[in-house]
Amino acid sequence: MKLPRLLTRPIAQPPPHPSAQLVGDLAARLEASARRRLGRGLALRHIGTGGCDGCALELIATRNLVHELESLGLRFVDSPRHADALLVSGPVTRNMREALEQARAAMPEPGFVVALGDCAVDGGVFKGSYAVEGGVEAVMPPDLRLPGCPPSPRQVLEGLLALVEAQA
Amino acid sequence: MTPAEFLRQPPAQGPTHALTEPQWEALAADPELPLLALWGEPGVVRAAFQDGNALRLVALAAPEGQYPALSPARPAAALFERAVHDLWALEPVGTQDGRPWLDHGRWPVLNPLSGRPVRHGGAPPQPEFLPAEGHALHRLPLGPILPGIGEPAYLHLAVAGEAVVRMEARLGYAHKGVLALMPGKSPRAAARFPARLQAEATVAHSLAFALAAEKATGTEPPPRAVVLRAVMAEIERLSVHLHIWAQVLALAGPPALADQAALARETMLAASQIAFGHRLLMDRVLPGGVALDLEERGLSILRDALLLLAEDLPRLARATLRHAGLVEALTGLGVIPPALAQDYTAGGPVARASGVMVDARLGPDASPYDELELEIPLHPEGDAAARLRQRIAETAESRRLLAVMLDSLPDGPIITPLPQRGGEGVALVEGPHGPCMAWLALDDGGLIRAAMARDPAWALWPLAEAAAAGAGLEQLPLLLAGFGLTMSGMDL
Ligand code: SF4
Repeated sequence: MKLPRLLTRPIAQPPPHPSAQLVGDLAARLEASARRRLGRGLALRHIGTGGCDGCALELIATRNLVHELESLGLRFVDSPRHADALLVSGPVTRNMREALEQARAAMPEPGFVVALGDCAVDGGVFKGSYAVEGGVEAVMPPDLRLPGCPPSPRQVLEGLLALVEAQA
Repeated sequence: MTPAEFLRQPPAQGPTHALTEPQWEALAADPELPLLALWGEPGVVRAAFQDGNALRLVALAAPEGQYPALSPARPAAALFERAVHDLWALEPVGTQDGRPWLDHGRWPVLNPLSGRPVRHGGAPPQPEFLPAEGHALHRLPLGPILPGIGEPAYLHLAVAGEAVVRMEARLGYAHKGVLALMPGKSPRAAARFPARLQAEATVAHSLAFALAAEKATGTEPPPRAVVLRAVMAEIERLSVHLHIWAQVLALAGPPALADQAALARETMLAASQIAFGHRLLMDRVLPGGVALDLEERGLSILRDALLLLAEDLPRLARATLRHAGLVEALTGLGVIPPALAQDYTAGGPVARASGVMVDARLGPDASPYDELELEIPLHPEGDAAARLRQRIAETAESRRLLAVMLDSLPDGPIITPLPQRGGEGVALVEGPHGPCMAWLALDDGGLIRAAMARDPAWALWPLAEAAAAGAGLEQLPLLLAGFGLTMSGMDL
């Protein structure tokens, strides 16, 4: 396997990239589980249901780090129709509930629903507002909950890996 | 005396001029001062105007729930008036546009902040969009789940062939009701809400809120905290500009360069985790100071990160701006004339890339920038290329400011308690995408009676809509990427 670029980047000082090791670890585990047992990997669609965007930013950071892992089967798709898993971040606002339900209905079975971040887990700090339903659970049962405000790329990758392993 | 001259006099009490209806009408008719924000309280409408880099606040009692609209003379008021009606049941008399904005007909109550919300049920109404004229037009609805990873918004496009004739954005999907969650809490307890208003400005909104709370209670934050907050604000600006830079490169540049910009951002986020315990610096700025001190290790990690960036970014900037394909795609795209930027009270890199020099770091809440000989770049061309150049140039200034501040951190405590007393405060902080305003009023026990937060997106969305008209459909993602459009902060 090609080394993630982060690992090969020369850094004179103690590396400010704790993520390098993580990508290496996860790549090895993904290679073992995803490629051999799965063959087709996991197609992900993110849905922001009204959070502060912190979870989405960290998901983008994760995607940048997993570049090298894409060949192993983790990829992002634009349509829920092509997704194996919806990554939902933010409390589900009343104004987004219907769109989330439609996306879930469009995803082929068996699809996974991941509650990404504290807001999606249980509404987070916005719990109890007139404008939110609550966490994802208020609308549909999530298969995986990744707490954190926001969860770090490490936590996101660990979670996605668990999903790949569960799917295999 | 013009309305503007009147507002420049100190108010009788606190930061706000209590206006009579004729005074409000005179102000409504005279657009000299651009509107920064409009909000309410039960039976009161409030507005903040920008006067150079200073703020002027006004309030009008509206016992019947009506007030003279500001939107006829100030286009920047239009979206605010719709939101203020949805939340506070305050009706702008004389507006052209009475459509709801945040309320999609899906909340269990109407006018949740009006003091007497009524229950609401039934099916949500179909949204109405502005008509677009011309033949061979077709409609292209996009969203609220947009392509890619991000926030919800609905874009209503009218398209002729391959050209966008009109883009109308419908937001409100991320409305969480934060202004209703803050009252009754102390500023410390409520600080988690401005910190989660918009992740690309968590430091800026937290800082504006903290300054407003400090002014309301007459609190001086310790000097070390003042500099640490500015350190965090510049890290945020640098990281967010890198994010936008990477997004633009990902759409129209070589992927290898996009990776480098993303990696530079990652360097700052990883360093922030070590230095301040949070990658995005959430909950680090608090009313009275900061939550956590910067230790030796954190300081040296931040310096290392800046060294890496000092090596990489000038090279990356040259490679980006010399990439013929990218520059060609951006040049002439989505030109914003300076007058349009001013009409919407836009600030931030988008306004500066149209030659409008506004920056809250030059305003009354400028400490510690007033001692740093701030050099703000200015690109007057107003197109997507200028907006990218502007952000790139601003990353260099943020790096310089960070290096200076890290070398001259004052010693001492990092936080001071707020006295429990009543008061009113307002502050304006320059966030990565423009000015973030916070206003709050405290009751006699020091708990929040009412609050408002104004995100730069209020100005950026109308500008993006204007810029989209005439662009090619396939240019739209690239055009929008450079604006730094966000939803949550504006959706409240
Ligand atoms: S969990 Fe935290 S970071 Fe994620 S959307 Fe909610 S408030 Fe933002």
